[in-house]
Amino acid sequence: MTAASPVPVHPRLGARVAYRLQRVLRPNVGYRWLGARIEASGVARTLFTGAEKQTKTPLFGCRMCGQCALPVTGYVCPMGCPKELRNGPCGGVGADGSCEVYPERRCVWVDAYDRAASQGRSGDLRLLLRPIDHRRWGESSWLNYWQGRDEGLWTGNANSRPGAQR
Amino acid sequence: VSLRERLASGGFAVTAEISPPRGASTAQITKTAESLKDWVDAVNVTDNQGSNVRLASWAGSLAVLKTGLEPVMQMTCRDRNRIALQSDLLGASALGIRNILVMTGDHPKFGDHPGARPVFDLDSVQLLWTLRTMRDQHVLLSGRKLDPAPDCFLGAVENPFAPPVPFRAERLGKKIAAGAQFVQTQFVFDVPVFGRWMEQVRDLGLHEQCGILAGVGAVRSVRALEYMRDHVPGVEVPDDVFRRLRSVPPDKSAAEGVKLAAEIIQQLGEIPGVAGVHLLVAGNEQAVPDILDEAGIRVSKELRGTDGR
Repeated sequence: MTAASPVPVHPRLGARVAYRLQRVLRPNVGYRWLGARIEASGVARTLFTGAEKQTKTPLFGCRMCGQCALPVTGYVCPMGCPKELRNGPCGGVGADGSCEVYPERRCVWVDAYDRAASQGRSGDLRLLLRPIDHRRWGESSWLNYWQGRDEGLWTGNANSRPGAQR
Repeated sequence: VSLRERLASGGFAVTAEISPPRGASTAQITKTAESLKDWVDAVNVTDNQGSNVRLASWAGSLAVLKTGLEPVMQMTCRDRNRIALQSDLLGASALGIRNILVMTGDHPKFGDHPGARPVFDLDSVQLLWTLRTMRDQHVLLSGRKLDPAPDCFLGAVENPFAPPVPFRAERLGKKIAAGAQFVQTQFVFDVPVFGRWMEQVRDLGLHEQCGILAGVGAVRSVRALEYMRDHVPGVEVPDDVFRRLRSVPPDKSAAEGVKLAAEIIQQLGEIPGVAGVHLLVAGNEQAVPDILDEAGIRVSKELRGTDGR
């Protein structure tokens, strides 16, 4: 975890728009080429990573873990959970859907379930998310996504191993 | 009969809970385990419950094991990273502790060291998945080989009452996919709500893959009930439970609590797919025989047939 303690954030971007953007941002030859060009230059990489942060922090409360789970969590950041739970809510959620640690805020998983279900995507929440690699904090998850480096972040196959598949 | 065998045989399993002391002695644990061992199949040993420092769960489990009762070692993700958690499983297994109950753990904010760094390196699903892989595929999370692999019976927890309620059965499914072989639930006071969760559990076929133990509490007083409602995260106490406990004189409330627990056990026993109960009686262990007696569950576990009664 980073210096700032995680706090649940309700996304500013509506679920419908977020899932639409997902279709637009899916990796393809163009993005891969663009990503490779950006990664070839240290300055371009820093600028791009900064731009990602400037975009995702106000929208999702992104903390730049570099291993973005938003596409399978109803576009609610699970790293805002004070326990950083990536596989669903803890047992301490209040009856009104409030976070146990920050009762004035809504549990990110209550939010995630509602948003995913509203778009017919609640099945995403069944996926098993692997433990994150703490060396990757601060990296651009967009670059990782376009370059196919985060394909092992989750799996629907319970027989596969929990260790990083890279 | 081990907890694993009891559940495999389709018998009605009973577990209880011991909280280790704030001090360097296992004497109290041994005494409590001795008093429980003819009544329950296994007993949980909590892991710094409520984020308060207590004697280590593995040490308490070892003390329980020595009395001839089976421990269920609780393991939370709050205080240890993936290295320490895997190491603890190896140690526990080597010492003969078989049942491991995996949970996220309360946030440090609620305990006696609120300024502590919360670890949560793995979540409960990831930890179950890791432990199962260590046992079945003989590898660590890193992929490194283990020799010999640990032997363990893996448990999880679930709170059927906490939002998002429609996701709670699915969440248990996730834990089972990750490795859970039994589950203990949060306190059941509201049996109809629990019954609706069990319906979903059965629809998903989860009761056939995992022993489901419903959490039942013995409430000693109205004050204890209020404490539970206000200070134990994720516990909801319906108003009629309060009404019922307030309707008797204070010196009778403990007896009323026993009666209530027994009634809830009987109602739970009628729900298809419930494999047993987990008695959440920490600090009130002497109530266990009375509750089981009142519920009509035969006193000695050796006498209990495979149908459990």
